Amino acid sequence: MLKLISILGHWGVNKLQAMGRATIMLFYALCGKPEFRKNFGQLRKQMYIVGVQSISIIVVSGLFIGMVLGLQGFNVLVDFMAEGALGQLVSLAIIRELGPVVAALLFAGRAGSALTAEIGLKKATEQLTSLEMMAVDPLRRIIAPRFWAGFYSLPILTLIFTLVGIYGGKLVGVDWLGVDDGIFWSGMRSSIDFWDDIMMCFIKSLVFAIVVTWIALFNGYDLVPTSEGISKATTNTVVQSSLAILGLDFVLTALMF
Amino acid sequence: MANENIVEINNLSFSYRDNRPIYENVNIKIPKGKIVAILGPSGTGKTTLLKLIGGQLKPNNGHVFYEGTDVHSLGRAKLYELRKKMSMLFQSSALFTDMNVFDNVAFPIREHTNLPEEVIKTLVLMKLEAVGLRGAAYLMPQELSGGMARRAALARAIALDPSLIMYDEPFVGQDPITMAVLVKLIKSMNDSFDLTSIVVTHDVTEVFQIADYAYILAGSKVIGSGTPEELMKTTDERVKQFICGNYDGPVPFHYPTSKSFLDEL
Repeated sequence: MLKLISILGHWGVNKLQAMGRATIMLFYALCGKPEFRKNFGQLRKQMYIVGVQSISIIVVSGLFIGMVLGLQGFNVLVDFMAEGALGQLVSLAIIRELGPVVAALLFAGRAGSALTAEIGLKKATEQLTSLEMMAVDPLRRIIAPRFWAGFYSLPILTLIFTLVGIYGGKLVGVDWLGVDDGIFWSGMRSSIDFWDDIMMCFIKSLVFAIVVTWIALFNGYDLVPTSEGISKATTNTVVQSSLAILGLDFVLTALMF
Repeated sequence: MANENIVEINNLSFSYRDNRPIYENVNIKIPKGKIVAILGPSGTGKTTLLKLIGGQLKPNNGHVFYEGTDVHSLGRAKLYELRKKMSMLFQSSALFTDMNVFDNVAFPIREHTNLPEEVIKTLVLMKLEAVGLRGAAYLMPQELSGGMARRAALARAIALDPSLIMYDEPFVGQDPITMAVLVKLIKSMNDSFDLTSIVVTHDVTEVFQIADYAYILAGSKVIGSGTPEELMKTTDERVKQFICGNYDGPVPFHYPTSKSFLDEL
């Protein structure tokens, strides 16, 4: 029993220490004199790697999720002769929940793991140490642009996912299963509120962007610089980010709706 | 502190988190303008010493002075300012893999100066010419051989004309020709650019050709120091074993164990 408590205590202390290190990393990366001239090129490059290169997976996933939602929703609603509410169902489900959550999960798998592996490899090959010895702070030069790239990219990707998802629902519901076009769109327009739904979706995606990018960068920066360490850190990024997204989604939903 | 030493290490003790002592009361002086070799068997913490000088690690006790300034008493901003005067050549070369050789060498210049691109180009090509790699300026690091990567990293290390260059195992894994090139480059850079060089290595033959002074580290301490000639004539068994490369001696062939071989069987 004592051994179990000791193991749990040790685990807890380690986690607290890691959170402390993560906070210090983010603090030093983001606080200080802004260096727009030096970091703009890096930010643009990272926006391309983290954001633009994730668009294809976001579009394909959004389309299929919207289509599945349209199909499932229609099959249920048609039994109650309420297929006119399909637009409302698809848009509310995607804007409030599926859009921010699934886009963030995909972002964690696609961009988060890549960020961890990239930073980890830079650490393992002494590129971060060499920056320090060149009097260049790796937190400002490497971590900060990647953090801002994730921060700006995920809300945009969520917007794309949401739009494509709703279009996927319309493709199945209206174009394939014959729900009236006007009823589909007017049902959606009447039930979606800009502040209550769209802004909440935006806030969720911003929170997820901060959390996922932070987890990914910290796991890369703090890993044991071996091939096994990089593999473990990449896995940790996906697992921790996914759990954080789902947990935070519940908290945010409870607070906002 | 005497002004003729660029680095002075006084009573340095250091251990990692596992509390295994890496250094205990070590004293080392690096005179200005000289090439000083730090020798010792693998795992003695030679690279750790360079990280302590660069302020990347903090000692448990003792001080490291760089031109009279206690490195570990400095705040983050001042430490980064101090690092502009020193440079390090890493064992893995540590070239930025997403940049070509030219951009790697230009990187510290672009970071720390506001020079126009034409001037940067001239400076970078001069540095690359000095290491014989002007023709490889636009190759990516993965297109370079190990020796070329070291030379490119050396060009980057001298980009800002530092006062001190620390070489971490520069000869490891290199063929004899590349080794000779690196030996020549370290010597010529030191003399032409008025540098001070610390060469951490266990390649005795190569480094003794160019070193003005050498320290031999083993078992957390300095076990010998002197000019290469003095060390070659030493009577200390530990130093002799290291320099001559004897497989057994004061540094035992067998890793220490409490059980005898027969008991183990």
